[in-house]
Amino acid sequence: MNFPLQDFIATSAAHPWTYVLFGLIGFAFGFTLEMSGFGNSRKLAAQFYFTDLTVLKVMFTAIVTAMVLTFGAAGLGLLNFSQVWVNPTYLPSGILGGLIMGVGFIVGGFCPTTSLAAASTGKVDGMFFVFGGFFGAFLFSETEKYFDNWYNNAGYYGRLTLDQVFHLPVGVVVLLVVLMALFMFWGAEQLERIFGRKDLTKEPKLRIAGAGALVALALAVVFIGTPSLEEKYNKLTFTRTESIPQLNADPLTETHVYSADQMLEKRLVQIAPAELFKTVYNQSINLVMLDVRTESDFNLYHINGAINIPLDKLSTIIPDLLTEPPANSVFVLMSNDEAAATEAWKQVSASTVPNVYILEGGLNNWISFFGKDEGFQAASSVTDDKLGYVFSAALGSKYESCDPNPQAYEELEFEAKIKLQLKRDKSGGGCG
Amino acid sequence: MTTAPVTKKNIFNRPEKPYVNPYFGGMVLGIILFLALFLTGNGLGSSGGTTRLVAFIEDQINPAHVDRTPYLLKMAGGDKNPLDDWIIPVFFGALLGGFTSGTLFGRTKLETTKGPNVTNRTRWLMAFLGGTIFLYGARMARGCTSGQALTGGATLAAGSWVIMFAIFGGAYALAYFVRKLWN
Repeated sequence: MNFPLQDFIATSAAHPWTYVLFGLIGFAFGFTLEMSGFGNSRKLAAQFYFTDLTVLKVMFTAIVTAMVLTFGAAGLGLLNFSQVWVNPTYLPSGILGGLIMGVGFIVGGFCPTTSLAAASTGKVDGMFFVFGGFFGAFLFSETEKYFDNWYNNAGYYGRLTLDQVFHLPVGVVVLLVVLMALFMFWGAEQLERIFGRKDLTKEPKLRIAGAGALVALALAVVFIGTPSLEEKYNKLTFTRTESIPQLNADPLTETHVYSADQMLEKRLVQIAPAELFKTVYNQSINLVMLDVRTESDFNLYHINGAINIPLDKLSTIIPDLLTEPPANSVFVLMSNDEAAATEAWKQVSASTVPNVYILEGGLNNWISFFGKDEGFQAASSVTDDKLGYVFSAALGSKYESCDPNPQAYEELEFEAKIKLQLKRDKSGGGCG
Repeated sequence: MTTAPVTKKNIFNRPEKPYVNPYFGGMVLGIILFLALFLTGNGLGSSGGTTRLVAFIEDQINPAHVDRTPYLLKMAGGDKNPLDDWIIPVFFGALLGGFTSGTLFGRTKLETTKGPNVTNRTRWLMAFLGGTIFLYGARMARGCTSGQALTGGATLAAGSWVIMFAIFGGAYALAYFVRKLWN
């Protein structure tokens, strides 16, 4: 079984159990917050006067516990981390919003979820906070139009995780975060002793064993590491719907789930030159063309706008590919025929980059389709994945067929194979 | 522990129990968060629920206005139902869960939790104001302490860690100036 469960990624009337599961998650969430003292604004505010650091302890214990378990499960291959919602990074709006939230926290004494726990247990101030929250959300929705562009584009880094920022293996980051949290707990207890006059000898000794267990688990995550590319590749699934016309009724649609090898075999990811050409002019798609041939071949001839990244250097740019906006980016890989591009497709897809395709027949096919009038001289013998034409000069993309005239090719017939597949619903996670 | 003094009788007349150890509470919360991520791929959250409820109400009153407001359009434009999202059952589940825990441990009672030197009325006003500010910021940052700090923190989302430090930074920076509210 693959986790997360596909049917439970979003609520849907087709699967009523989704409502029950999310309701139960919420129930457990509210229950735990109340049980930890988060229904009391004085206890929450005490965090900021160093007398009672419950907020920090609960939050960071929750974060490190969930983190160690999540990356442990991902490392063991139980959980497909690329299907887990990771909040996209928007730096300026995030920082400003965070500072504003801090002000609301110290003035109001709650955060949104804790105010729910407070309001539901009869705390009048909690109810006022909830009402204020509705008003704040209303104000935001009414004023967002004045900074819509900034809000949606400024400092956008997409799905970016700390291991990518620091170029460290994810297990090492997990371990470092655990150690940082333990240090903060130690500091928090010292502060409570000094400012809150708390007697630390009365704290349960079990917490030290807990700290030890956390470090052990984090070390295990480092040791397990992340699944190899091959393991990830074997787990890839693609969904395609097929419409079967019916004689006297609406067409039937059938959904198939294919493995990566099946996608290659059924030629569902090899797009015709005509489709690639049409995609270049599709304004709603962010097209990234990656030419995986050698630099010398690239210099002889390449499609206008393609980026040269030889196959052996491909892994170095994958983190950058992952930060392209996931909703509408399409990646097309190309080589002279298809061999190197197919190899590249396996690597890039296994790294969980969505919407990756191969130029059918490679550059040779492109030239024979768009460049047939330019009189290129065909090479005498074409061997595997070599250029099928002879070029006397390295003119790169200066030939006409490198950037065909869209008016000359207004009408093109091809089988459309590009299906934008969202790995995650963009509005599907966090508080968003 | 700085719990508010018990003056009023709680509703169900159950003995009031102390809060659990914060590390224990945090561990349970972490396991719940992990299960949410593991089973559904989504984390925890609540401020998105508030926004969706606002969008729903506005859509009942003035659907044309919703269709002209870019932020609401995404959630409630046309015949989209803003309540058809996982965060809505989580939102109401959290209300019910908080109530259950509070009642079970004798903490459900009509009262106002506040610092000793402010009146109830001031506290209510500040709570309303704080809620307004907090939710404005939460929408700006695309998530609150649950959706960003907790969930994003656990999945190592870079932006969420920045937001988490910004929240604490904002609160600590202002804490001294509003100390009369709490101490």
